[in-house]
Amino acid sequence: MWQYEKKLQYPVRIKNPNPKYAQIIISQYGGPDGELGASIRYLTQRYSMPYDDVKGMLTDIGTEELGHLEMICAMVYQLTKNLSYEEIVKSGFDKYFVDHTAGVYPIAASSLPWRAEYIAAKGDIIADLHEDLAAEQKARVTYDNLLRLIDDPDILEPLRFLREREIVHYQRFGEMMRKTTDRLDDKNFYYCNPSFDKNCKTKL
Amino acid sequence: MDIKSQLERKICEYDFALDELYLFLDSHPDNEKAMSLVKRFRLARKTAIEEYEKKYGKYFVTTNETPDTSPWQWTLGPWPWEIADEKGE
Repeated sequence: MWQYEKKLQYPVRIKNPNPKYAQIIISQYGGPDGELGASIRYLTQRYSMPYDDVKGMLTDIGTEELGHLEMICAMVYQLTKNLSYEEIVKSGFDKYFVDHTAGVYPIAASSLPWRAEYIAAKGDIIADLHEDLAAEQKARVTYDNLLRLIDDPDILEPLRFLREREIVHYQRFGEMMRKTTDRLDDKNFYYCNPSFDKNCKTKL
Repeated sequence: MDIKSQLERKICEYDFALDELYLFLDSHPDNEKAMSLVKRFRLARKTAIEEYEKKYGKYFVTTNETPDTSPWQWTLGPWPWEIADEKGE
């Protein structure tokens, strides 16, 4: 189970609301490479993992991603506070407002709601770890793109922190990939699937 | 930033340093340098919390740490996504 810690992993204090920025940042909550998908992806993949260290890494990174989606939601919340009707209409936030008011709903910048197709649990350790490595890189690119489009230092600081975390997670998943292939038949990694086959010989 | 917020921030920084080390140790369980850093940051975190509690009362971010004295304080704002000075707005 989980225990909530009543704090953000990195502070979010945005002085100036900006619904235009909120509409692009929300993609890192409910978009194709957002933090919600990241968390669900890793926590879901744990069950078919054959090795304890990979189960641990997925648990810890999946948990950290929950903290990241909380930071993204805090940004969206602060960027859409105390808006006037004029600001809502002028910024194009009206299309979101009509369905969700100032509630924080998981959608992409394109307005597509979050969907389970954004994640994968293939039940094969090599396929799943490759999915995770790609996911971290795609999330890093999304942060790079946000950093290009935004010029408020209050927003840039936490976004830079989150971008850096994608790079660290990519590194950690890479180490797990190396440990995994070291445990498999080095003449043919695909000889059997250690996530499924009972007699899949591995060097534990 | 007032001294109380500075101390809270310091504790959060130690929390982060530790989270980072725990991930590293997941893939490098025999790394002694990382383990000695865990010891160092756990001690620094404990010292910072002691300093905080001497001045401001119990430091708590989980339900289990919340004082068992009436009234129950867990739900008191500001919540993490809120900016502290908007409290009571």
